[in-house]
Amino acid sequence: MLRLALGRLVLTLPTMLAAATLVFLMLHLVPGDPVDVMLGESTQAADRAALRRTLGLDRPLATQYGAFLLGLVRGDLGRSLVQGTAVAELVAARFPATAELTIAALAVALALAFPLGLAAAARPGTWLDRGSIGLALLGVSVPSFWLGPMLILLLSIHWRWLPVSGRGTWAHLVLPACTLGFGMAAILTRMTRASVLECLGEDYVRTARAKGVGRLAILTRHALRNALGPVVTILGLQFGALLAGTVITETIFAWPGIGRLLIDAINQRDYPVVQGCVLVIAACFVIANALADVVNAWLDPRSGAAAARSNG
Amino acid sequence: MRGSYRLVVGGWLIAVLIVVALGADRLAPYDPGAQALSENLAPPGARHWLGQDALGRDILARVIHGARVSLAVGIITVLVSLAIGTTIGALAGFAGGWIDELAMRAVDVLLAFPGLLLAIALTSVLGPSLRNVVIALSLIGWTGYARLARGEIVRLRERELVEAARALGVPEHRILLRHLVPLLATPLLVQATFGMAAAIVAEASLSFLGLGAQPPTASWGAMLNDGRAFALVAPHLTIFPGLAIMVTVLGLNCLGDGLRDRLDVRAPSGI
Repeated sequence: MLRLALGRLVLTLPTMLAAATLVFLMLHLVPGDPVDVMLGESTQAADRAALRRTLGLDRPLATQYGAFLLGLVRGDLGRSLVQGTAVAELVAARFPATAELTIAALAVALALAFPLGLAAAARPGTWLDRGSIGLALLGVSVPSFWLGPMLILLLSIHWRWLPVSGRGTWAHLVLPACTLGFGMAAILTRMTRASVLECLGEDYVRTARAKGVGRLAILTRHALRNALGPVVTILGLQFGALLAGTVITETIFAWPGIGRLLIDAINQRDYPVVQGCVLVIAACFVIANALADVVNAWLDPRSGAAAARSNG
Repeated sequence: MRGSYRLVVGGWLIAVLIVVALGADRLAPYDPGAQALSENLAPPGARHWLGQDALGRDILARVIHGARVSLAVGIITVLVSLAIGTTIGALAGFAGGWIDELAMRAVDVLLAFPGLLLAIALTSVLGPSLRNVVIALSLIGWTGYARLARGEIVRLRERELVEAARALGVPEHRILLRHLVPLLATPLLVQATFGMAAAIVAEASLSFLGLGAQPPTASWGAMLNDGRAFALVAPHLTIFPGLAIMVTVLGLNCLGDGLRDRLDVRAPSGI
């Protein structure tokens, strides 16, 4: 099991290298001069030359790429143009806030999705089922940048139950976590329902029923466990949407995480910071997908063998 | 009939949206750019049904014109992604070998990023504008269609119809274009419906972050961004554009679900 996990993590390295290359190329191959984008076209030639030197843009592309990769290996993401500090430090300082928000959102999503999905699958065709499907459809259609402000208007401004924005107490976490987690809850509810329904039609469930196993035990011990595979896969894939969603959620709630750092850096044209944030978020996503594969292998050894054979 | 209900609801919502977008100039009660600074942030009332924004512009007019932006971005993005994705996916699936390997690795690299994050990064480099939003979303969006087209072609190319066509001496490119690609239409249509919902949300997200539509363009996402500073005193700035996005995306998701069930496609869900 450990070997499988390590093997799967090693397989993320080529993906990470490709992702890093893409981020590097984005700055260098885009039409137009990145220095113009950062400074505006009206700046002095000397200033532009200085920035070009600072960014290393005056060197050949291959040299720049080599230096970039070497830096990544040593954990060096470059220096912020605005603050002068190391990008890795800036990102590391914001990482706990984003991790806290993501984990809380994930908890919200799971806490909503499992009971709703299971209940819907247990009573297909009833109002409970239709209600959960409707809620799920609504959940994927409500954009977070609207849900967030609506929750603020209702719960923070109208009823004054929760703080409007910022980070500090657990109360600060509630609204951002719900905003970010709601969309994922909707997707997981649908997936759980569909997956459990499929398992309930299997022969082993009929056998268990014939042997007199209770309804709840069949649902939780047999159907849910086997239904978890696809749910975990979707969880891994949707984790990316969750991470990207932090950019918006952190902007709405003035949450001091990597997402806000990214948007601030974009507004200040602080390119090394933008690059660092994008890389770190992408790396988290790639690792999350690898973990989902490992968890799947643990849940179902058959898919583990398949995961070990497939790459990426 | 399976999926009928959602098909009808989704179909109607999207039909209304298309009519609103096409007839925006006639339907909007005011010019979406006309300012009335003395009436700024006025709440919904008899003259301005949905109220006025910080510059006194009519919100109803801007929501109506915003439909045009959302629909245009959605349609263009989907068409470009569909064209790129289907071409690459169908060629990869039909040719196999290194072409297939190369195409699928390119897809894998792009899928190593959360889509919206890549769109944010791309638009930040290209500069904020609706045109660049469409470019960024198309550069990312083709991967889904490519995977779908490739999978279908790989499944179909072993079929007897291909063997029969070959036996009759039909050239390879003709087999692919005349016999196989038309069979992709149904699954791609379903995928495109969900893809359009995703593109509309992505445009609104980018505009909300200030990376998409620039003032004075009436985009729903940009309107939400404008409304943030006034959420306390003028919540109507936030409520209506958000409702418009929600209804549109709900309509497209319903339509996609309905089409998938009706056409019995194994396409992935939009969610």
